[in-house]
Amino acid sequence: MSRKVSLFVPCFVDQLLPEAAVDTVKVLRRIGYSVEYPEEQTCCGQPAFNTGYWDEARPCAERFVRVFKHADLIVCPSGSCTTMVRAFYPELLAASSWRADAIALASRTFELSEFLVKVAAVTQVGATFPHSVTYHASCHALRELHIHDEPLQLLRQVDGLKLIEMVRSEECCGFGGTFAAKFPEISSAMGNSKAESVAATGAEFVTATDPSCLMHLEGILGKRHAPTRTIYLASILAQQSPPPSSAQVKP
Amino acid sequence: MSTAAQRFLQDAAVKSADLMHREIIRRGMDSYDAAHLKGRARIRDWEAARQKCQEIKREAINHLDRYLLQFEEKVIARGGHVFWAADSEEACAYVKNLATQLGVRTVVKSKSMVTEEIHLSPVLEKAGIKVWETDLGEFIVQLREEPPYHIVTPAMHLNRGQIAKLFREKLDSGITSDDPADLMAVARRKLREAFFAAEMGISGANFLVADAGVIAISTNEGNGRLCTSVPRIHVVVTGIEKVIPRLEDLAVLWPVLATSGTGQGITTYGTLIGGPRRPGEADGPDEFHVVLVDNGRSQLLADAEQREVLHCIRCGACLNICPVFRHVGGHTYGTTYPGPIGSVLTPHLNGIAEFKHLSYASSLCGACTSVCPVKIDLHHHLLQNRRNATAAGATKSSERMMFRAWRSAMLHPWMYALGGWSVRKALRILYRLGLAGSIVDPMRVWNRYRSPVPLPSESFRARWRKDRAAN
Repeated sequence: MSRKVSLFVPCFVDQLLPEAAVDTVKVLRRIGYSVEYPEEQTCCGQPAFNTGYWDEARPCAERFVRVFKHADLIVCPSGSCTTMVRAFYPELLAASSWRADAIALASRTFELSEFLVKVAAVTQVGATFPHSVTYHASCHALRELHIHDEPLQLLRQVDGLKLIEMVRSEECCGFGGTFAAKFPEISSAMGNSKAESVAATGAEFVTATDPSCLMHLEGILGKRHAPTRTIYLASILAQQSPPPSSAQVKP
Repeated sequence: MSTAAQRFLQDAAVKSADLMHREIIRRGMDSYDAAHLKGRARIRDWEAARQKCQEIKREAINHLDRYLLQFEEKVIARGGHVFWAADSEEACAYVKNLATQLGVRTVVKSKSMVTEEIHLSPVLEKAGIKVWETDLGEFIVQLREEPPYHIVTPAMHLNRGQIAKLFREKLDSGITSDDPADLMAVARRKLREAFFAAEMGISGANFLVADAGVIAISTNEGNGRLCTSVPRIHVVVTGIEKVIPRLEDLAVLWPVLATSGTGQGITTYGTLIGGPRRPGEADGPDEFHVVLVDNGRSQLLADAEQREVLHCIRCGACLNICPVFRHVGGHTYGTTYPGPIGSVLTPHLNGIAEFKHLSYASSLCGACTSVCPVKIDLHHHLLQNRRNATAAGATKSSERMMFRAWRSAMLHPWMYALGGWSVRKALRILYRLGLAGSIVDPMRVWNRYRSPVPLPSESFRARWRKDRAAN
C-alpha cells in the first residue's frame, strides 16, 4: 500500500478556513500517511453547478480531473465537495472526453472521516479533547455519500470527549451555498432552528463533516451570542494532550 | 404587479420569522415524524416496498397509453363515461356543462388536489352552483377562503383555538368549546345537510386501476364514500399519471401511501368504484364520469430526464421532512403543490420563467429524496430545473456575468489565489472601518443574519508553500 494521499482542499476551506485543512494534514500524517497537495487545484465547480451554470462548472470539473488524474487516493475535508466529485461529475461530464477519468477518480475520492474509518481502517487517531461535543450530520455526507456512523466512531475514541446527541441532528443547517445568499431569511431561520437544537444539548462545541455547515452555524451562533462554538471534525482529531513539561521528560 | 418570485420572497421572509407558525408546524411535524417512523417499522422491509412501488409506477408511466385505454374501456363497459381533458379549461368546462345540463345546484367534494390545480370550484360557483368541501381540513380552509396549506393535511397550520373561532364566526355563534370532538360534531352536522342536498359528488382518485377498471380512493373520514354514493352523479377528476397496471398493485401501494402520508398502516377507508349503480345494487350514483386531466403531464412524460416526477402518489412525505417547508409553510409557495414535489413539478406545469425561483429555494439537503416512497430523485430534479432555467436564459445577466468571471479565475490558479487574497484583504479593511453590513459590504446579505465569516491573512495554499520552503 502506498500510504500516500493527495489532499483536495475546497476553495472556501483554502480561503476562509485554512485551519480545517491544516488539521486534516496533521491527522493524516499522524496515522502514517504522507500528504501531497497539488497546488494547481482551484475549485471543484460546485457553486456554478448548483446554481445551474453547468457550462461554467464543466471546465472546472475537467480541470480538477486533469490535476488529480494520477493521484491514487484523494482525501477531502468536506462531504459536500466530495459529493461534487463522486456524485455529480459523472452527470456533469457525461458528454466530456474526461468522463471515464472522472468516473475512475470518483471511486478514489473520499471525505476525511470515511477515509479514516473505511480506507485506512483507523478509528483511534490518538486525539485528546476534554470537552462536550454535539454532532450535526451534514446533508451531503449523510445523503449523497451515506456517511452515518464514521464520524461518531472517530469521536467516541477521542480521549476526554463527551458526545451529546442533538434532536433533529439530520435536519439541514440552512447553508446550501448560494441558497444562503438568495434566500437569506429562510436560510437563517433554518440556521436558528439548528442553533436551538445545538443549545438544547448544552454542549461546548458542535462538530460536523463539513466546514461549510460549521461556517454558517458559527455565523448564526455568533449573531445570537450563543456560548457554543463550532469546530471541524479534523480539528478535534488533531488535538493532543499538552506535552509533559520539560522537567518531566529530562532523563 | 409583483411576480410569483417576489411574492415568494416576501411571504417567506414573513413566515420564517413567525415563531407561532413555526411552533404549530413543528408540533405537527414532530408527531408526524414519530408516526411515520413507527409505520415504517411495521413494514418488514421498507426499502423493498419503496423499490416495488417505484417499479409499479415506472411500468405504469412507461406504458401510460396502454393502461389508460384499458381503464377507459372497462369503465365504459360498465356504463360510465370517460372524458379526456387536455387542460384545466377543458376539464372545468366538462364538469360545469354536465352540472348545468343535469340541473345540479349543490356539489359535495371529497379531497382532490387536481380540482385545486384546475381551479374547478370557482368555475362551478360562477355558474351559480354551491360547492361544499367535505374533508374536514378542506372544509376549514374553504371557510377561511384560502387554498389548502398542505396536500394531505390542508389545515395543519391552524390550532384548535383558531378553528373554534372560525366556526364561531362562520357556522354557529353558540360554540364555546375548542375541544376537537365538539368542533368535529359541528362540522359533521353541517356537512350532513350538504351530503343529502347535493345532486353531484366530485372526488379525486389516488389510483386508477387499469386491469379492473376501477378508481381507488384512500380516506379517513368517511366523507369520500358519502360523496361518491349519495348524490345521483359522481364525477372523478384526476390526473392521467394516477393509473396503475393491476389491482394487486394496491397491496403494496395502499399501505405505503398510508404510511408515508400519515404513518397509518392503512387508511380507515379504502374504496374501489368502477361505474354507476347497477340493477339490483342498493346504492351508488345513476351517472359515473371520469375526467382524465393532462394539463402539462404528457409534456413531462416526454422529458426522459424528469419523467419519473409523474410517479408521485401525493403522499406529502417530502413536504413534511423538508426544512424549507417547515420554515416557510405551504401557502408561501403560491402553488397548488407546495414543498419539494411542487418545486420540481410547478415549473413544468406552469412555466419555468415564472416558477424557477422555487427550484432555487432549496438547500439541496436531499431529505425529500430520502423519504419519497416511489424514490423520485427530487433534489436532483431541482438541480436539473436550475440548469434548464439557466440554459433558457431565464436567469439574471449580472449572475451570468459573475459566473463567467468566476470560471476564468478558477481556470487559472494564480488568478484564483490573487482574487481570494484581495477579497479577504478588502473585507478585513472594510470591517476594521466598521462597515460590515453596510451598503458597500459585498457580504451584507450574509451579515444581516450572521456574524461575519473568518478572514484569515493567509490561505491554506500560502501556508503550505511557506511550510514547504521551510523544510
